[in-house]
This record gives sequence, structure tokens and C-alpha cells, in this order.
Amino acid sequence: MAYVAVKGGERAIDNAHAWLAEDRRGDPAVAEIGTDQIAEQLGRAVDRVMAEGSLYDRELAALAIKQAQGDLIEAAFLLRAYRTTLPRFAYSRPVDTAAMQIRRRISAVFKDLPGGQVLGPTYDYTHRLLDFALAAGGQPPPAPEAPADDMRMPRVSDILGHEGLIERDGAPDGEPGDLTREPLAFPAGRDLRLQALARGDEGFLLALGYSTQRGWGGTHPFVGEIRLGEVSVEIEPPELGFAIDIGDMTLTECQMVNQFAGSKTVPPQFTRGYGLAFGHAERKAMAMALVDRAMRAEELGEDVKAPAQNIEFVLYHSDNIEATGFVEHLKLPHYVDFQSELETVRRMRADAMRMQEAAE
Amino acid sequence: MSIDLPGFADPVLGAQSCFRAVLDAMARPGSRHAAGAGLTPPAPLDPATAAVLLTLVDVETPLWFDPGCAAAQDWIAFHCGAATVPDIGAAAFVLALELPDLAHLNAGSDDGPEESATLILQVRGFGAGTALHLAGPGLRAPATLAVDGLPAGFAAAWADNHALFPRGVDLILCAGTTIAALPRSVRIAEG
Amino acid sequence: MNALSGYNFAYLDEQTKRMIRRAILKAVAIPGHQVPFGSREMPLPYGWGTGGIQVTAAVLGPSDVLKVIDQGADDTTNAVSIRRFFGRTAGVRTTTATAEATLIQTRHRIPETALREDQIIVYQVPQPEPLSKLEPSRAETRRMHGLAEYGLMHVKLYEDITRFGHVSISYDYPVLVNSRYLMAPSPIPAFDNPKMHMMPALQLFGAGREKRIYAVPPYTAVKSLDFDDHPFRTTRAPHACGLCGATDSYLDEVVTDDRGGRLFVCSDTDHCETRRAAGHVGAEAPTADELAAE
Repeated sequence: MAYVAVKGGERAIDNAHAWLAEDRRGDPAVAEIGTDQIAEQLGRAVDRVMAEGSLYDRELAALAIKQAQGDLIEAAFLLRAYRTTLPRFAYSRPVDTAAMQIRRRISAVFKDLPGGQVLGPTYDYTHRLLDFALAAGGQPPPAPEAPADDMRMPRVSDILGHEGLIERDGAPDGEPGDLTREPLAFPAGRDLRLQALARGDEGFLLALGYSTQRGWGGTHPFVGEIRLGEVSVEIEPPELGFAIDIGDMTLTECQMVNQFAGSKTVPPQFTRGYGLAFGHAERKAMAMALVDRAMRAEELGEDVKAPAQNIEFVLYHSDNIEATGFVEHLKLPHYVDFQSELETVRRMRADAMRMQEAAE
Repeated sequence: MSIDLPGFADPVLGAQSCFRAVLDAMARPGSRHAAGAGLTPPAPLDPATAAVLLTLVDVETPLWFDPGCAAAQDWIAFHCGAATVPDIGAAAFVLALELPDLAHLNAGSDDGPEESATLILQVRGFGAGTALHLAGPGLRAPATLAVDGLPAGFAAAWADNHALFPRGVDLILCAGTTIAALPRSVRIAEG
Repeated sequence: MNALSGYNFAYLDEQTKRMIRRAILKAVAIPGHQVPFGSREMPLPYGWGTGGIQVTAAVLGPSDVLKVIDQGADDTTNAVSIRRFFGRTAGVRTTTATAEATLIQTRHRIPETALREDQIIVYQVPQPEPLSKLEPSRAETRRMHGLAEYGLMHVKLYEDITRFGHVSISYDYPVLVNSRYLMAPSPIPAFDNPKMHMMPALQLFGAGREKRIYAVPPYTAVKSLDFDDHPFRTTRAPHACGLCGATDSYLDEVVTDDRGGRLFVCSDTDHCETRRAAGHVGAEAPTADELAAE
């Protein structure tokens, strides 16, 4: 039988892309989805893609979701690849979450507190029953509104801080690192760890956070506070000498409060795990706070035994863009390596059989 | 003002072709390559020296430079955006007109030998002066590079640097529109 | 081909290229040492050649002629995709002929045609750490490289020999570079390892996901690890290429039917085509009639 080496990779790729575009569009009799619809009506998906894509831009995230047919990791990848070549004009000042325009704020450690408990737009107490009325569409009735007030909402960590019951925020130690510019090196400071977690895969962090609750690095966590709302972003151009507001962003912040028995140098007090994510991303922020606290085990003199406490393990495996690329690269041809394995296995089998025969 | 003098006519392709010259020079120690033709840098920089600076130095790389280069400081700051440092041991790049004490430069660590400094040394010329006999990675057979402008005792200073391997300083030599390089891996004998 | 609008020559911005170029120069100065670099997200997935692509993008110029291979072949889909990427973003000339190329990006093979001094080969590297299967912590392996403490690898090879009679590693076979650094040659078959030793061309290695660049300068000693009484040896399928008759090239095994039918052909497609063009004919080569019917 004759054999002709297969050619035509270019045409195959073009054809695959054409098919993909057709598949993405779906039935042309159904109206095409607009990115504005995605941005408005699939907001939680947009939030997740912005967080894991490390780029705060609702329109671009919506486009990425459309382009990726709703595959959120693929969409985050599109955003990452876009952001990596963007010029950096300025670095913002730290955002002030104490000054957040709150939409939701709850604490599990106090029944009531200054500013009160604000449920906000939450799924927490919905009954998870498929809503067939939603399938039919229609406008929801307007939600009741409370009159605006200027009541401050101090962070629970600040309230506990007055009594010295909780550790203080670590003083910033110079400029924070940036693992998108400098590759990870160990020991990795908390700045880099938090950056990695903020970009990290929600599912991975969820599972790791969960594992700490089940005894794999337990930390006795309480939700000190979760707050969701808008903060303003400021930059300070050197030629101006003062800060200017360049816009708002939605953030979810979680302060997890953990019991700590104290050490030789530190009295018993509560310690913190911290979570912060773009958009409305409570699950992500909570899981991040659990894992952040778990990774502080060594710093706080606790035994490092569980995966969530192993900084290198967590940081090297939290990025879903890296993970999906490497897992999926197994699809690429490996026939040269496989061939070398084939020859090796054949040789080892022949050796083994020869030895067996010699023994008989 | 030196700042008025231009950098590469085409920054993208200028840097690319100069990088290839430096790469080839570093990969084949002692080989000479053209770099910087057409550049009109401020004194005392030669075109080759200026080209290497434009290609490798930027805001992310602390630069120490020889006081003799002060007249070019504005030009370097404008075109490279380089952050200059007064401590030669803290520099990623050292720009010198005379050989500094290599032991004062950052040689990197055992775990991170790549954190070491690169010395950009402007010399008078190649083809005359001290003959350096080179051997090591990059060289099929021992090679010779003659450099005009190296002090007596260079080979001894280099031997100390080479002995630190894998730590150590790498050297890019520039004169006129020619460069050559001596990576830390190369062994040098004079004579 | 027109370069892609809105992006810089060869895609990367100049700041990123400078950072990569600095890493490459340090890699060349310290043969075999893995230099950490600020790897960027590329528009191709991690694990699909992002390290090789970044190295190529930092090195490539308009006068270069680029060849991209995967598994030795120019027409495998990922090779096609990467070649197109540079065609679009840099507008450079591409070729499938090894001898015509100035820059060769490869995954899993070294071409059969000996490379020259005026060529650069860029390897795509999935896992740059040769000790990764023996010690998962990179903080620890970095320390081991710093001390040249490679006993772990020698023990692994020795255990292989006592168990199987020989080393069981068939690709990504570890090498010692310039008698100092233990290095992963990338998943090339061990058959290709000897080509790395004293190669006239510069060899650059890019690992994007793991954020490491390393290099072997021209004419540098690259030794596959072995023992005096168990010297390193290469294996290939014991056949001649069915198309060109070569008996010294690395062969792919192609399944031709479901009854055990096999055909062995050169994995290096350019090598095979060049030989056939020069008149070499293998036992399974298509006849002129069969070619006409294609």
C-alpha cells in the first residue's frame, strides 16, 4: 500500500475556524446576542471573566464571553492576551474600601453594627426553584428603595481593631510586586500571594478553601464582613502633584476573621484572611480569604501540612490560563515522544522475555 | 543639549539588529560585530556604545555610569528612560570608559547567577593592543581578540571573575561601530 | 504578507522584547542555567509554544527566514499556526527547508540536516526543570542547581539500570551542559541528544508557562547523563524510511490498517522530501501514477 504524507494543515485550520464561527452563531433564525445584553444580563459571568482575566472592562469582557461562546476560562484567556500588550500609563493609588458606596454589606460576627446589615442584591435567601416565568421574559417590578443616607459603614476589622483584638493591617513594605512582570520567586510575599489569588481560578480556590474547613489546614474562620459596592480609582500624575478620580469600579471584599492562640511574641488575638475581587464575586472573595489565611501558616508559627498552606503549591496551580493551556496541550501531537516510548517498551519487553527464557 | 540628538532612526528594527549583534557576540566570545552605524550620539559615546544602551537598558534596569559620560546623561535618560544609581554594586548595567574593579559589580548569587551586572565598556578599538586568547563555550577552537584600551592586568582580573562561575559579570566591549563580548564563561590568557 | 495592524512588529511591545533579550543574553553567558523571565500571556495557550514564541519574537528580524516544526514536520497544525502568527505579526519570509532557514522554532525534534553557525534554533519547552519529576518544589530545585547537587538524578538513572538493565527515559533525556548545569533538552527523543553536543548553531530554549529561558551557545559540550559501564545510547525504529529509504533518520510509525500494518517514515518531513527530490526511493514510495491520482 502506498502512503503519501498528509498535507493541508493550513486548509484544515481555516475550515475549522469557519465551522467554529458558524457554530458560535448557532441557528441564524434566533436573534444574535449583543455584548450589551451580556454585560447587562450576564453580569456575574462578566465579573468572573474580568477577575480571572485581570482586566476591569465590562464591554471587553462581554465581547470575550460572546467570542468564547460562554466558556469563561477561554474568555478570561482572551482578556489576558489583550491586556498583556497594553501600555501602562500610570499606577493607581490604593483604593479605599472603607469609603465604598455600599450595595451589600453583611457581618456574621455581630448581630448589628454601625451602618447595619445590608443584604443587597443577593441569591442567599432565594429558593433554588427554576423560575419558569423568567423563561417567558418580562419586566420585574421595581425594587423598593430606601432614602439615601450618609451613614458611614466602618469595616468590621476596624471595629475589632479598636480593642486590639485583631491584628493590624500589615504596613506596606515598599512597592507591591507584580507577578505579571516578574516571575514568581520564593519566598513569595503576601502582596504577590494576594495578587495570584485575585487572578486565580474561582473553582480551584473554592475547593482549596473548602478543604481548610474539612481539616486540611483548619483556621476557624468567621466572616467578619463581606462588602460589595463601588470604589473610586485615583491616579496621581507626577506633573499635577495631586490625585484625580478616573472612574469607579465594583469590588467585593471579604475580611475573614480567624482565631489565633498566640505565640511567644504575639498575644492571643484574631488574625485575618483577606479576599478582594473585581465585580460581584462573593464566592471568590470568601475562598480567597480562606486560602490567604491558610498560606500564612508558616508566618504564624503553625504547622504546614495541608495543600492550602503550601504557598508554592497554591501559587503554581491557581492560574487557570496556565493550567488549561498545559492540560489541553496534551491534545497536540506527541507522536515523536510516543514513538521513542514504543521503542523503549519493545526493547524492555524483549529483554524481559530473554531473561525469562534464560531462566527456564 | 545632548537630548536633541536622536536615537535609532527606527527604534524597533534598530534595536532588533543591534540585539542580534550583541547576541552573536555573546554566543561567540571575541567575535566582532557591527553595531550603531548611522547613530549620532553625544560625546563621549561611540555609536556602538549608544546602540547597546538603546537596545538593552530601560526603566527596569538600574544603570551606573562613568562620570566621564556625564555629557551624555540627558541623552541616556531621555532615550532609555534609565534609572541611574550611584552604587555600582546595585547596577544591572555599568557603563564605563575605563575598566572598573570587576569585584565591585554585582556578580549574582549561586541560585540566581543571572542577577549579575553587565558591563558595557567603551574601548579605543579592536585589532591592536592587548591580545586576549579566549577559550570556552561558543568557541570551536581557541580565538584571539586584540583590544586597545584594556589596562594591564585585565587577564588576572578576568580570571577572578571567571572563577566565580556560574556567578560573574559579563562584558560588552564597544568601539566606534564595532562590538565584541566576553561572557563570564570564557577563559582568557594574555600574550 | 501584511503585518497585523494595531500590534508591534513580532507582536510583543519593545519593553517586553528588551526584558526577554536581557534574559537571553544572561542565558547564553551561563550555559544550561534557567533564567526566570517575565513571561507574558500570548494569544496562543500556555503549553502550545508560548515560550518559544516569545524567544522567537525577541530575536526575529525582517531579514530572517523562519521555519517552524512540530514533531519534525512543517505541516502539523500547531507548526502551521505558529508560522502564520509570525507571518501575520512580523511579515517575515517563512520556509520549510532547513538549509534556507536562519531561525528554526521547534517542538520535540532537532532537524536531521546538520545546523550551521549562521542559524539559531529555538526550542519550545513544556517543563524546563530536569528535576521536576524527582523534586516538585521549584524553590528546592533552584537551590540544587545553585549547588550543582544532582545526586537525585544519578540515583534515578541507577535505579532504572538495576530494575530494567538500562535507563528507561526515552525522551527529554537529561543532559549536563558545559560540565556544570543539568538541563532538560525539551521532549526531543533521546535520538536527537547527540546533535546538541558541539552544535555550530546557537540553541535557545523558551518555557512560557514556567517562565524560564535557557541556552546552549555554539560549540558547547552537552553530555547525556550515563555511567561508564552503561553508556548512553540512542534508539530508533529498526527500519528504513518507507518513502526515501533513509536508515539513519528518526522514524514515525504510521498505522496503515487495523490488522497490524505499519509504515515507517522520516519524522523530519523536509529531510525526507529533500532526499526524495535527490532520487532516493523507499520501498513504500508512491508510484508516479498514484501521485498523479492525488
